[in-house]
Amino acid sequence: MANVIRRQTPAARLGRGLLYGVLILAALFYILPLVVMLMTSVKPLSEISAGTLLSLPQNPTLEPWAKAWGEACTGMRCDGIGGYFWNSFAIVIPAVLISTTIGALNGYALTKWRFKGSELVFALMLFGCFIPFQVVLLPMAQTLGWLGISSSRAGLILVHVVFGIAFTTLFFRNFYVGIPNELVSAAKLDGAGFFRIFWRILLPVSAPIIVVSVIWQFTQIWNDFLFGVAFSAHNTQPVTVALNNLVNTSTGVREYNVDMAAAMIAALPTLVVYVLAGKYFVRGLTAGSVKG
Amino acid sequence: MRDTLPMKNTSATPLGLGAKRVPSGSLQAWLPRLVLAPSVAISLFFVYGFMLWTFVLSLTSSRMLPSYDFVGFGQYARLMANERWWVASTNLMIFGVLFVLICLVIGAFLAILLDQKIRQEGALRTIYLYPMALSFIVTGVVWKWLLNPQLGIQAMVQSWGFESFRFDWIVDPDMAIYTLVIAAVWQASGFVMALFLAGLRGIDDSIVKAAQLDGASLPRIYWRVVMPCLRPVVFSAVMILAHIAIKSFDLVVALTGGGPGYATDLPATFMYAHAFTRAQIGLGSASAMLMLGGVLAILIPYLYSELRSRKHG
Repeated sequence: MANVIRRQTPAARLGRGLLYGVLILAALFYILPLVVMLMTSVKPLSEISAGTLLSLPQNPTLEPWAKAWGEACTGMRCDGIGGYFWNSFAIVIPAVLISTTIGALNGYALTKWRFKGSELVFALMLFGCFIPFQVVLLPMAQTLGWLGISSSRAGLILVHVVFGIAFTTLFFRNFYVGIPNELVSAAKLDGAGFFRIFWRILLPVSAPIIVVSVIWQFTQIWNDFLFGVAFSAHNTQPVTVALNNLVNTSTGVREYNVDMAAAMIAALPTLVVYVLAGKYFVRGLTAGSVKG
Repeated sequence: MRDTLPMKNTSATPLGLGAKRVPSGSLQAWLPRLVLAPSVAISLFFVYGFMLWTFVLSLTSSRMLPSYDFVGFGQYARLMANERWWVASTNLMIFGVLFVLICLVIGAFLAILLDQKIRQEGALRTIYLYPMALSFIVTGVVWKWLLNPQLGIQAMVQSWGFESFRFDWIVDPDMAIYTLVIAAVWQASGFVMALFLAGLRGIDDSIVKAAQLDGASLPRIYWRVVMPCLRPVVFSAVMILAHIAIKSFDLVVALTGGGPGYATDLPATFMYAHAFTRAQIGLGSASAMLMLGGVLAILIPYLYSELRSRKHG
């Protein structure tokens, strides 16, 4: 509908200029915090107190990054957020793989092997997408204790899988609904079984939705703070919890450059995913939160 | 059984699925249900069971540890009499309404502007949307730095010569709640833009062309013709944003820590503080149940209208 406004009168040209002006201003609003964060993270402390947010680093240094990674204090300990960064990966990778696999099989069973009550099953599971997690925190803490995995990575993986499958099932279910049933019916007539049909017919065309699901789960779990802070101990904390501890640890001089470097480190994995696969990220956001 | 088909077709099935015929009826018929069973069990236990469990806890006098000494709705009564809870609820109203409205306005505005055959549209979109990929903790840390009165935006503008410039909301109990709005809008408005843009791209050009032939001006076309078509988008966006607002926890923790004092407490931080650090499990559970009530109050009308519109085609 944009070809509508292609008129080359001076007024129209002024309008175009104004349009670009507003769009660029908006872009500055979104991008500047990231720029400031990056610049602050490579300034020595003296430059921070002498200059302003937007003054360019005179003597850029990676020291704050090294400190944030390996030495900064997060609460009691002072060994940086590097270990917690790997903790996050150790939690995120299994949780994403397991929840995506379960979601794919659920979506497949719900669409290609409908049975009496399968819609009800879907509705039942879907509700898990909407609950505020505060309502499950206390029982979860006690259940993890009973299972003997409280404050462990295994416990956090379990929590993220349990509350992730509602979303992954939704993704795959909505995707598989759009795959024609003819092939599946033909294969069933030929006597192919449940898993064989999944493996040979559904899986080969599932690449896009697998990417959507993996990206969605990766960003959700990486960015999680609530479960991380409620169900982890010192050595099993995810990076978001460590970052918050680092920023709020009040010993000695506030090192803003180290804070910003730590924030960059915690943000990088999801930013990289976003830059590499933004299209799928957006698709997950809209599909994950809109369609029912 | 369906053994009426010839038995010799096994090697040459069209998809190369080949191989054995599976005895139907028995295991195969139950496999889909077996595959779904663990998820259903998980959902029944971890979602519905836990909701019920929290509700039960909210009826007890539990403090440091869960106890099952029932006090009826006493905890809810305590909650209603708790000044901090009212601050948290009022904050959620202020934060929620402003956050949703501003995100909608900015999102719709940017989407309409971006829809005018813009060069570099992809790059701009990427920039508008990237904050959504960040953790709210990161957002909170960054904005805490930007809003720092001594070293942040206030200091910068003052150094440009505007000595009297004040922007110290983050340390002002009356204004701190608005810093949450700023940071949350920064994070989520690009996402609303993406929703609206997708909606705009889905609108049939001919409607707009027809309106143009009638001599309607562009703003008028958008307001009278295009926006009404986007009602479902507005609806979903409100739904998602309200949901984010009610669940907001990390942003508060990272940006203001609920302070100054408890001026920026939200129900989510109230619940966490009481259940996990202040040894008030009963009270914390009651507040969690009220949060659930809030989500349902938004969700049920939404689902209702969704189902209705589907039935009516």
